[in-house]
Amino acid sequence: MLALVSPALLVILALIVLPVGWLAWQSIYHDGFTLENYRRIVTESIYWRSFALTFEISLLVTVLALLLGYPVAYLANAVPRGWSVLILALVVLPFWTSVLVRAYAWLALLQRTGVINQFLRYLDVIGEPLALVHNTFGTVVATVHILLPFMVLPLYATMQKIPGDLMHAGASLGAGPAHAFVRIFLPLSLPGVLAGCTMVFVLCLGFYITPELLGGGRTVMVSMLVSRNVELYNQFGAASAVAVVLLLSVLLIFFVVSRFISLDRVLGQK
Amino acid sequence: MRTISPGRIALIAVCALVLVFLILPVLIIAPISFSSARFLTFPPPSLSLRWYQQYFSNPAWMQATRVTLTVAFFTVAIATPLGVAAAYAISQSKLRIMRLIHMTLLLPLVVPIIITAVGIFFVYVRVGLVATMPGLVLANVMLGLPYVVISVLAGLQSFDPTQEMVARSLGMNRLRSFFAVTLPQIKSSVVAGGIFAFISAMDETIIALFISGGQYQPLTKRMFTALRDEIDPTIAAISTLMTAASFMLVLVASARQPKKA
Repeated sequence: MLALVSPALLVILALIVLPVGWLAWQSIYHDGFTLENYRRIVTESIYWRSFALTFEISLLVTVLALLLGYPVAYLANAVPRGWSVLILALVVLPFWTSVLVRAYAWLALLQRTGVINQFLRYLDVIGEPLALVHNTFGTVVATVHILLPFMVLPLYATMQKIPGDLMHAGASLGAGPAHAFVRIFLPLSLPGVLAGCTMVFVLCLGFYITPELLGGGRTVMVSMLVSRNVELYNQFGAASAVAVVLLLSVLLIFFVVSRFISLDRVLGQK
Repeated sequence: MRTISPGRIALIAVCALVLVFLILPVLIIAPISFSSARFLTFPPPSLSLRWYQQYFSNPAWMQATRVTLTVAFFTVAIATPLGVAAAYAISQSKLRIMRLIHMTLLLPLVVPIIITAVGIFFVYVRVGLVATMPGLVLANVMLGLPYVVISVLAGLQSFDPTQEMVARSLGMNRLRSFFAVTLPQIKSSVVAGGIFAFISAMDETIIALFISGGQYQPLTKRMFTALRDEIDPTIAAISTLMTAASFMLVLVASARQPKKA
């Protein structure tokens, strides 16, 4: 059995374990042991500001995805089967569209001469086109769009397992719909909330294409620090250290979350 | 019998808006791609196929398309058997280390792709795989493996391994019993896994940005560069084709995927 699994394992070891190990080594070794690369992350403002910005954006995206995703998952769960299939299909559809295609779509919608600005000017709502893209706003909108399915699917899966009888029981004991929702449904859906939020937050931490294309160079997320240090400045040690800190953050989050819910639940989607 | 309360109407309205938010950007691409305008205008002044012509007559775009399709084809051809073998071993073996191996095979889903990309770049520089076809294929095999493993493991869950033991007790060897008894029953999850690996290879951009070059640049890398420089409606045409292709593949895959995957 080990012989059967070893070719796949070899590919993973050679193309993800070895490269990441290499990064870790390169971040602390340059003509001898050094912590210079890590010192830079703490002391130079461009580095820690970028980390702070990335965490802020990820948090914002996660909260927005939760606010938008929860009602959709709830409704998909509360309607007859035919409707819920339709709702889920609409959620999953963009999931299978290339991230690049969706970045292009948002550029087409949000830019100065884009669909939304033209429409608003046609309606005479605005005189000057709004700056909707090449900034943090555009990045957040497109990122929420891309990550929303990762929130809805685990929420829906969890809600499906909540027995409808419990809400009836609550109602028969005198709880109004709102009260029953807050006391019964919401707490029981929390594992799904945790799974969805973890996935969205972690994926957002490492986002590259969207901030690069829609951020307009001002929204420098951590992933862009990594790529710029490699491509523009040839600062391999610095890039490696940033990558290692990013990876450790992700692993730490997974580790903490795994204390509360099974990781299979988080990774179950996509 | 349920009365429609104001709360429910509000809920439905909010959901409708969210669904429009999800779907509209994907749908907006097609009208742009059929527009005759040089710049993005909406609604399009008149219909035309010029951006599709632009795409199909441009040697650079065509070369990139060939690279993408070749990479995706070889990715599936390699990742599927490796993933099936691994999933089979994981489901059959009782070794404790298998759980660790299983987790390891899912690492490509956990490690942020930008980190994987830079790491692979450093390794490829050392072994001379930058800007080569094998290098691209190998990286995509790594990314595609988890999809095959997850899909096939789901398929194997509803398969009763005693059937294979029966076949072996009747004189088939392990290999033959697998192909004669097991594989036909998990075929649809194998196909689904392969299709997901194909789509993942078609979409992969970030690793390609670092390790591809010269004549071996996939479509996504050229699209990314084009999007960074100027927004050319040719990309709308390419995007429409890509979206149509992956929707068709997903339809095939989900029709074949076992329930509850």
